[in-house]
Amino acid sequence: MQAIFEKYSLKKPENLIPLLQEIQETKGYLTDEIVEKVSAHLNIPINRIYGVATFYDQFRFKRRGRFHIQVCRGTSCYLCSSSSYLKEIEKLLKVQDGSVTRDKKFSLETVNCMGGCSQSLVIRINDTYYHHLSVADLGDIIRSLKEKTE
Amino acid sequence: MPAQEITDNKAFLTEKVIKNYSGIFDKASLAKIAGIRRDTVDKPVIFIATGTCGIISGAKATLEKVRKFISENNIDASIIEVGCNGFCSAEPLLDVQLPGKTRLAFHHVTEDKAEDVLNSALHHTVQPDLVLGQYRQQGLEEWPNVPLIDDLPWFSRQTRHILKNAGIVSPASIEEYIVRGGYKSLYKTVLNYPADKICEIIEQSELKGRAGGGFLTGKKWKIALDTAGDQKYMICNADESDPGAFMDRAIIESDPHRVIEGLAISAYAIGASQAIIYVRSDYENPLNILEQAIKQAKEYGLLGGDIFGSGFSLSVSLRKGAGAFVCGEETALVTSLEGQRGLPRSKPPYPAEKGLWGHPTVINNVETLANIPGILENGPGWFKSMGTRSSKGTKLFSIAGKAVSTGFIEVPMGISFSSIIYDIAGGVRDGKALKAIQLGGPSGVCIPPAELDTPLDFEALSGIGAKLGLGGLIILDEKTCMVNLARYFIDFLQKESCGKCIPCREGTRKMLDILNGITKRPKEESAHETLERFKGVVQLENLAHVISDTSLCGLGQNAPNPVLSSLKWFREEFEEHIFDRRCSAGVCHDLRTFCIDVDHCNGCNICQKRCPENAIIGSLKMPHFIIESKCTGCGICFDVCKFSAIYFK
Repeated sequence: MQAIFEKYSLKKPENLIPLLQEIQETKGYLTDEIVEKVSAHLNIPINRIYGVATFYDQFRFKRRGRFHIQVCRGTSCYLCSSSSYLKEIEKLLKVQDGSVTRDKKFSLETVNCMGGCSQSLVIRINDTYYHHLSVADLGDIIRSLKEKTE
Repeated sequence: MPAQEITDNKAFLTEKVIKNYSGIFDKASLAKIAGIRRDTVDKPVIFIATGTCGIISGAKATLEKVRKFISENNIDASIIEVGCNGFCSAEPLLDVQLPGKTRLAFHHVTEDKAEDVLNSALHHTVQPDLVLGQYRQQGLEEWPNVPLIDDLPWFSRQTRHILKNAGIVSPASIEEYIVRGGYKSLYKTVLNYPADKICEIIEQSELKGRAGGGFLTGKKWKIALDTAGDQKYMICNADESDPGAFMDRAIIESDPHRVIEGLAISAYAIGASQAIIYVRSDYENPLNILEQAIKQAKEYGLLGGDIFGSGFSLSVSLRKGAGAFVCGEETALVTSLEGQRGLPRSKPPYPAEKGLWGHPTVINNVETLANIPGILENGPGWFKSMGTRSSKGTKLFSIAGKAVSTGFIEVPMGISFSSIIYDIAGGVRDGKALKAIQLGGPSGVCIPPAELDTPLDFEALSGIGAKLGLGGLIILDEKTCMVNLARYFIDFLQKESCGKCIPCREGTRKMLDILNGITKRPKEESAHETLERFKGVVQLENLAHVISDTSLCGLGQNAPNPVLSSLKWFREEFEEHIFDRRCSAGVCHDLRTFCIDVDHCNGCNICQKRCPENAIIGSLKMPHFIIESKCTGCGICFDVCKFSAIYFK
């Protein structure tokens, strides 16, 4: 984290978002402690940092699971019934949108658009994309990932 | 490539190619250019489209397979990663160019098919089921019985200027862009024209902003140029937060230098020495490509200090958007760049007068900037010769949803919806009927089949109450419920409303409540609830007008569009939902009531076992029956029935 602070050594308010972005990229998520440190570093009040961090969808205060599942809810994917895929995942993993399973193995998130509207429906698990899946295929993929973690 | 060759190439391209706009070259230079352009190749070249759409379809796995195949079989061939050519539904795309022969394109080359495709192509045969077509290249031997790519319906009706390099050049190579005429316009601009002349040329071309507003780009530049200020900023808006639109991503992934050249010219025109490209953080691939392209342009002296010795300096930085739909609005984008929550400001003053840190700032989107090099190369008259009276030039559209072919296209302004849907995209998938076309993102409108002949330009669209937006077209088939879709858009906009002004924050919330009341079945239908629902319905239209009249920024002003347009053209569907409590498309689960067709039910008992509400009764081998009051419309019985005995009404 020190290296990131050094990169944004200037106490300019416009450095706040890139700084938080880079910290999240390396740490995976933000914590209260990080916010305090950033506040001290940039000389910006803590409440303002929370204001910014909770405004944007990108910032999260929860750890991701080992497998992070992103379901696209863009218009094109919605028309390909992305909600039924979402329900299937919620049912299989007992996890809600935006949260992590108890064993910290899976996390689920809906995203506005991944830019792959021509290939919809798009689901991403870590760095692997899946498209044109059936609900049953998705179930198989998740079950196989579940076995892997056991 | 050896270091010496890179330095030689660089000197050759900057000194001889960019600066020579007579276009006359000596023989040795021509051969060198042809080599970089790959007009002729001395060994097989394999091109793989690894844009985001390609990656989603599995292009990276195909790429690995091709690499492995080549090294295992000791084949002397080079592999080039290119962007998508626009025909996304045919991804993963793989092209092969053999010495002396035209470039051949294959579609749907997934990992398992890569080996077969290469094997046959390298042995000079083609697999007819996977071949897409061959490129038109003069002086090269054509493949027999293979159609030309230009003749395919997807491509034949397009006019590709912004996309002319898409899928052909490597986005990682500045050399390829330069030998195809790149950066000549920038050279011409900074050496020959004063800034106000450039503004004038762009104003003459009547280029209008491609992000939906439709304001004259040249005029916007002129305002920024004429506003006094020691520091000015040029911003490229690559936030593209409309779900369903992806052409900005496509331009960046296919031809990033065109955007950078456009950005540099516009910065010169407004007198800015700093430019920022604001990209969505979800767009990982475009971000990497842009980063590399900026680095290359700096190395070539096309960005940085004292460009071409003209005294014009420009530093370009990349900023990642943190994911907020409202930041597509220019004033919200500016506040976001200042490190605050992305709240819009009231206009005027417009950013061109008072933008980032109070300095004059011009914000143009990717497509607008990609148009600039072409206008300066060919003149404003050329640009004006395309399009219609109110809208000049070409426009990119992305086609998604239930069309047979999906992807992005470039067509002259003024083309009709029907031409795009039926002639280019091949109609609606699975032979279904077209219900509507959704245009312009979540705050856009749904256009009914009756308006299909409307030309796509600013004037004609505003005539039917629609807006062009970014140009995302989503094809809706008969299985779409317009009320549910309107509810989805309002749900999206309500979540993305920044909360600054009350009409948008509270109004969208109220609209969502009303639409939820229409599309969902309450647990118990008391008289009070019914009354509330009807009161809401009566006020829906009124509320929509209040929100659009009183909101601060474009998000709120346009938020009621999906509801208003659906009420205008699909009113009977709303009435069906409200009065009959029925959704004929079967999308609103709560409003479905399932029935069993006694003639088809053989009493297999599966539905009875799977029903979570115990709403199905009947004994084995006897037709079953659904108790309507218990049924929640979940549709599990409908899905599990193997005899199609269950239907909904």
